[in-house]
Amino acid sequence: MNTEIKIGVIRFPGSNCDLDTVYVLRNVLGVSADLVWHKDKLEGFDGIILPGGFAYGDALRAGIIAAYSPVILEVKTLAREGVPIAGICNGFQVLIEAGLLPGALLPNDGLKFICKWINLRIEHSDTAFTNIEKKGGLWKLPIAHGEGKYFADKTILKDLYENNQIVFLYVNDEGEPTEDANPNGSFDSIAGICNLERNVLGLMPHPERGSEKTLSPFRTDHGNRFFQSMIEYIRKGVA
Amino acid sequence: MTSVCLRPSDIALDLNDNEIEKVREILGREPNTVEWAMIDVMWSEHCSYKSSRPVLKLLPREGSRVLVGPGQDAGVVDIGDNLAIVFKIESHNHPSAVDPYNGAATGIGGIIRDILCMGARPIALIDPLRFGLLDEGHTKWLLKYVVKGIGDYGNCIGVPTVGGEVEFDPCFEKNCLVNVGCLGITTHDKIIPSKAGNLGDYLVLMGGSTGRDGIHGVTFASKELSGDSEEDDRGSVQIGDPFTKKRIIDATLEAIETGFVNGLKDLGGGGLTCGTSEMAEASGVGLEINLDEVYLREPDMDTWEIVISESQERMLFIVDPEGLNAVTNVFEKYELPYAFIGKVTDTGRLIMYRGGKLVVDLPPSILTKVPTIDRGYQKPSYLETTRKTKLPSPPKDIEEAIQVLLGSPNIGSKEWIYQQYDHEVGVRTVVKPGKADAAVLRILGKKKGIAVASDCNSHHVYLDPYNGGLEAVVEACRNVTSVGAEPVGMVDCCNFGNPEDPEIFWQFKEAVRGMADACKCLEVPCVGGNVSFYNEDTITGIAIRPAPVVMVVGLMEDVEKAVTMEFKQPGEKIVIVGETIDEVEGSEYYTVIHKIEKSTPPRVDLLKEKRAMFAMLEVIDKGYVTASHDCSRGGLAVALSLMCLKGGLGADVDLEKVPILEKIPLDSLLFSETNGRYILSVRENHLREVLEIFEKRQVKVGIVGEVKKDLILNIKNDSKIVASCSLLNFYESFYQSLRKEMEVA
Repeated sequence: MNTEIKIGVIRFPGSNCDLDTVYVLRNVLGVSADLVWHKDKLEGFDGIILPGGFAYGDALRAGIIAAYSPVILEVKTLAREGVPIAGICNGFQVLIEAGLLPGALLPNDGLKFICKWINLRIEHSDTAFTNIEKKGGLWKLPIAHGEGKYFADKTILKDLYENNQIVFLYVNDEGEPTEDANPNGSFDSIAGICNLERNVLGLMPHPERGSEKTLSPFRTDHGNRFFQSMIEYIRKGVA
Repeated sequence: MTSVCLRPSDIALDLNDNEIEKVREILGREPNTVEWAMIDVMWSEHCSYKSSRPVLKLLPREGSRVLVGPGQDAGVVDIGDNLAIVFKIESHNHPSAVDPYNGAATGIGGIIRDILCMGARPIALIDPLRFGLLDEGHTKWLLKYVVKGIGDYGNCIGVPTVGGEVEFDPCFEKNCLVNVGCLGITTHDKIIPSKAGNLGDYLVLMGGSTGRDGIHGVTFASKELSGDSEEDDRGSVQIGDPFTKKRIIDATLEAIETGFVNGLKDLGGGGLTCGTSEMAEASGVGLEINLDEVYLREPDMDTWEIVISESQERMLFIVDPEGLNAVTNVFEKYELPYAFIGKVTDTGRLIMYRGGKLVVDLPPSILTKVPTIDRGYQKPSYLETTRKTKLPSPPKDIEEAIQVLLGSPNIGSKEWIYQQYDHEVGVRTVVKPGKADAAVLRILGKKKGIAVASDCNSHHVYLDPYNGGLEAVVEACRNVTSVGAEPVGMVDCCNFGNPEDPEIFWQFKEAVRGMADACKCLEVPCVGGNVSFYNEDTITGIAIRPAPVVMVVGLMEDVEKAVTMEFKQPGEKIVIVGETIDEVEGSEYYTVIHKIEKSTPPRVDLLKEKRAMFAMLEVIDKGYVTASHDCSRGGLAVALSLMCLKGGLGADVDLEKVPILEKIPLDSLLFSETNGRYILSVRENHLREVLEIFEKRQVKVGIVGEVKKDLILNIKNDSKIVASCSLLNFYESFYQSLRKEMEVA
């Protein structure tokens, strides 16, 4: 039974994948999941998700205003305590703007919003969100973003490699990170990264949209593994 | 000036002299400036439907599932289990023609509010678009920014854009058509009427502030665009704010949950005037409004500007006094401004004050019951010359002809467009854009699915408006049927030229008559619609091709049974449903390959169409069909190619097996756009059952071939291979044509 596990999904004004994420957590994963308004207390949760959407309408720069929301201070505390925290799409942008993850997310190459299914390769399985997957595993998930080009300067990039923080790459059907398979011009095809402690992770693709076979053009449910890894991480009490 | 009546001089009115006299007669006094402004807006074609109303009555509005029909903000259809779907389609043509980005964006804003104010959560958008030819830089500019406007707005508010269609024709170059449809879902108990509630209820205005943007937006929509429109009319285009809209959606749905919202109306075309008068009229009460409470963006606005402003993102709530706090707490949570602007009274009059002075005192009916105009009509002269064409010789290279068609603007992939729209948000989109003839959405927590599609072949409507009206309905129904959903309702968006021209009005009348006949035969009720007149080229003054765009919503009991169009497995049999008739005239093949425009479009046989529809629903429901595609634009050749391309598989097809009534030429067999046809793939072990069902339902079918592993489409006729097509070449043409046009500067 997973119902004793409780996940908080933070809702900023303008979040729009909040209900989707709660739906999948409750109905597909069978855990307890609640929306938390960004001005409310973040208490009693075993894991936190910052969902996709357009917090504050992407005003100024995606994620920047939400990063100054009161709830982010609590997120930072929970991050230090080892609670698993994921930022999906806009949530990833918020985590970066809040300084919880390094680098930056720039407007896509081509300057257009892109919504399509892509392949992800799992680079490390020792994170809070990939621990049931093997290194090199391939997932099919959809992306939907206008500002998802991952950017980091040389120093950060070097650290990310040295500390095994690059968790997801955009790859082709054969699992290779080619230029064609990189949908937005991300540096080194980076689609998702984690922090040094491996409990805070951000990614541009949407695992909640790829967790049920009904929704996948490939009849896959790889997004499930993302959330199951989180449950596994919580269960083992690593936090 | 030969005006016999004294025209009110303070503001420019679009009313004609007769109408001005009529207003004075009805009211029995001279309206003041503010009242004139209100009447002027409400008597515009856009708000009053004064020309179209008598014709639209032809459309059948009744049906066992209809909960709310035309006349309210959106139609509501019962889908069982206490659930209801709410849908509507609208045009935003003129604003998009002068400011494509904001015009298209606010089109979405408007339709979302219509769905929302019926008490439903908007769950999908569709965008039927029409532009000029892409070799014009102006067209590229329009297309690029219309798509960006739709994307930026729709993506931000979290409502997926799941479908639509795009047509390219020179007639739309200066006056593009931007239609937008929206689908929402709710439960029966949450449906909110657009009524003014009970005596003593509060009027609460919520959302954006009232500014000068969009003043006279509706009267602007009720005129032709002029050569100077791009510069002069930009002030009539509203500016959207999707972030506020997103909060309005969340706050409105949460406010409805309190149970204290007795009425709800969005402020769109006609602004406060339209919203308040329609509500008061619907419930036969009066409203008293204090305009000082309306929060303004520009403090120096005149009273007449306040009452007709079409500023976006505003909702008008009628709230039970007991629940005032509960409702406004929700607004405060989302940091949305609101104001108590008035109360429901028993006077039966619409009364407004500003600065303590009475500024408006009107019976709501003078604004809502606008006298209709019986427009003259006359069969257009161009129809006399369209019937005679000399048959061209068939192409020497059939493969090349198919490839050209696949890369032609009306057939080529629209991936460049739909990839810019978030079509997944909401985790409901089971069948996504490009995968089938209709999008399919699941209903969270239920087995049921909803299919939605829009259609209109404006070329066919132009060549025969009655038949084209029939076709728009049957084809949209066919799209929905081909995924396995039964059509349960339709809404229409009539895009036409100037109704004061008898030839245009004839087109309109005929097309609506066609739609009505098709709806009656297929038992698909019309639950709403929109009319956009005055669509014509700003330079030449020539009207657009008539485009009655039909949006059909279908219901399927088990969403897992939805069928997409790509071939799935080598060895599966290919079945063509319905006879192919020698009707190649008016086809895309004629237009693109032979450059022949004027001819006779394919007929619609309603009874055949209906039989095929129900047979299709049965074979799909039984699980016998692995792929399904409606056969229309481009004919059999294009439909088969697409099923191959999308599945990454080839096929061997023998044209002698295609059901026909009489022998027809090869190019007609390949490219004729005969209605009532589908192409299916079926596993061999189900073939017998499938054939039996079609026979029982008196639908002619033919097993024309088999799905193959190799990426080649082999077409045989008279025991000879007539084309052996490389699908890799087809792939390039189909997927890259629009992208290349738009990406290469």
